[in-house]
Amino acid sequence: MISYWKNHRERIGQSIDDFFASLGKMTVEFFEEFGQSVLFFVESAKLIFAKPYRIDEIIRHIEFIGNKSILIILLTGLFTGLALSFQIYLGFQLVNATNLVGPTVGLGITRELGPVLTGLIVAARAGGAMAARLGTMRVSEQIDAIQVMGINPKQYLVAPRIVAALVAMPLLCAVFDFIAMMGAKFICIDFLDLDQAIFWDKIQLWLDPGDINQGLIKAAVFGMAFTAICTNKGYNASGGAKGVGEATNRGVVNSMVMIIVLNFFLTNIIRFFYSVMGWS
Amino acid sequence: MAESAIEITDLRKSFDDGKTFVLKGVDLTIPKGKLTVIIGYSGTGKSVLLKHILGLLHPTSGSLKVLGKELWDMKESELMEMRKRLGVLFQYAALFDDMTALENVCFPLREHRRQWDPDKIIDVATKKLESSGLGSEHFHKLPSELSGGMRKRVGLARALALDPEIILYDEPTTGLDPVLTEMVDDLIQSTHKRIPGSTSIIVTHDLFAAFRIGEHMVMLDKGKVLLSGTPEDFRNSDLELVQKFIAKGFKKE
Repeated sequence: MISYWKNHRERIGQSIDDFFASLGKMTVEFFEEFGQSVLFFVESAKLIFAKPYRIDEIIRHIEFIGNKSILIILLTGLFTGLALSFQIYLGFQLVNATNLVGPTVGLGITRELGPVLTGLIVAARAGGAMAARLGTMRVSEQIDAIQVMGINPKQYLVAPRIVAALVAMPLLCAVFDFIAMMGAKFICIDFLDLDQAIFWDKIQLWLDPGDINQGLIKAAVFGMAFTAICTNKGYNASGGAKGVGEATNRGVVNSMVMIIVLNFFLTNIIRFFYSVMGWS
Repeated sequence: MAESAIEITDLRKSFDDGKTFVLKGVDLTIPKGKLTVIIGYSGTGKSVLLKHILGLLHPTSGSLKVLGKELWDMKESELMEMRKRLGVLFQYAALFDDMTALENVCFPLREHRRQWDPDKIIDVATKKLESSGLGSEHFHKLPSELSGGMRKRVGLARALALDPEIILYDEPTTGLDPVLTEMVDDLIQSTHKRIPGSTSIIVTHDLFAAFRIGEHMVMLDKGKVLLSGTPEDFRNSDLELVQKFIAKGFKKE
């Protein structure tokens, strides 16, 4: 009996040790990958200003990140606006504050949900495609081929994607904000019969351009973040099709986690900046 | 003594901080203007050596001079310039899969001959494809629509686009049937003869091709040069490993 408990205690001790060991390993890996992505981003971002300027590539990638994401952004934006406004209406109805449904939805969408959901959706769609594309190019020696032609592969493959994400993401976020507000308008005015004048008037009263800008800035940062993470994963992929799959998976997952984490810090940084500038 | 295209002295490479070495002190001179074939068993460091010549891998120690210049003393921009003087046909051609055959060949020209007008670029790329033996009906096909042999032809045309002084072939016939293998070997030989003064380096397992088209041969074993010389030197060598490799190679053929 005593030996049973001794063994049992040892096993528990071992499990706790294993748990902290894997936690430590995960933490080290996270910071290692984060550091690697930051270095990769800085190295590639510097090449944006190197000649030859790759305007054609930038436009091609804006089209890929931006235009080809519009449909999915419209769809998710619309349903986010519909669901959020309905839930907020149900809550505010309890305290007889339905006049504030419009600005509450507006603030939530423009400051938080717009950029975050746009970031998550585009990271999954375009970021995943970037990681898979670069990963395939790496394992099929296409990146080596670019390099031995005397072309810097980061300047050709990564830098234009960073610029494209920087340009396309705020535009997509603006589309998301707009369509989500249209969804909210449909629910509140056309479906729930709230007063149209009050709905728009309160939005104008409570929603500043600064709130919209805050979301657009966040979207641009999220765009650069997922581009850096996904291109880094793809660029450094190894091990054939399995390696490409892993790179794509890790690129998308890391991007999504990073967007959620970054959102918290960006919210505080932007609020602090606004208060220093006297804009809020 | 013939002028050298590549001079390698005591080149060592380790991927695990010096615990084990893939290249264990390679000393090698590749003569200019000749067709050199590098042979050896799998895992002897042939591809690693090739990647060092291309500047894709950094050696742990040693010296590597390409066209008289120490590769690893160069700045990144100088290395880029040097690479323009090299052309590479990769094992599986490494064609850009979103570009047609013609666009693949136009790509290095568009990058490095920016002063040329687009018509001239297409004209030169067309000639390169034609001289590589690709029919014009395949010019606008994507790599996925081309056969293995056609892809090699496009890869060769792309490698030759900038008129390189050194052309490297990484296992050019791996995975091809005997007919295509012979076709690719002939293509390499005719390309080498067509460009006067060019240096060709082939890394291969294909011993038959090595003796048929090689003017200079190098055999690697366990990360070192076992023998370097003419095909005749190889035939007359007393080295057991060389004789075994030749005997097995021809038996397989």
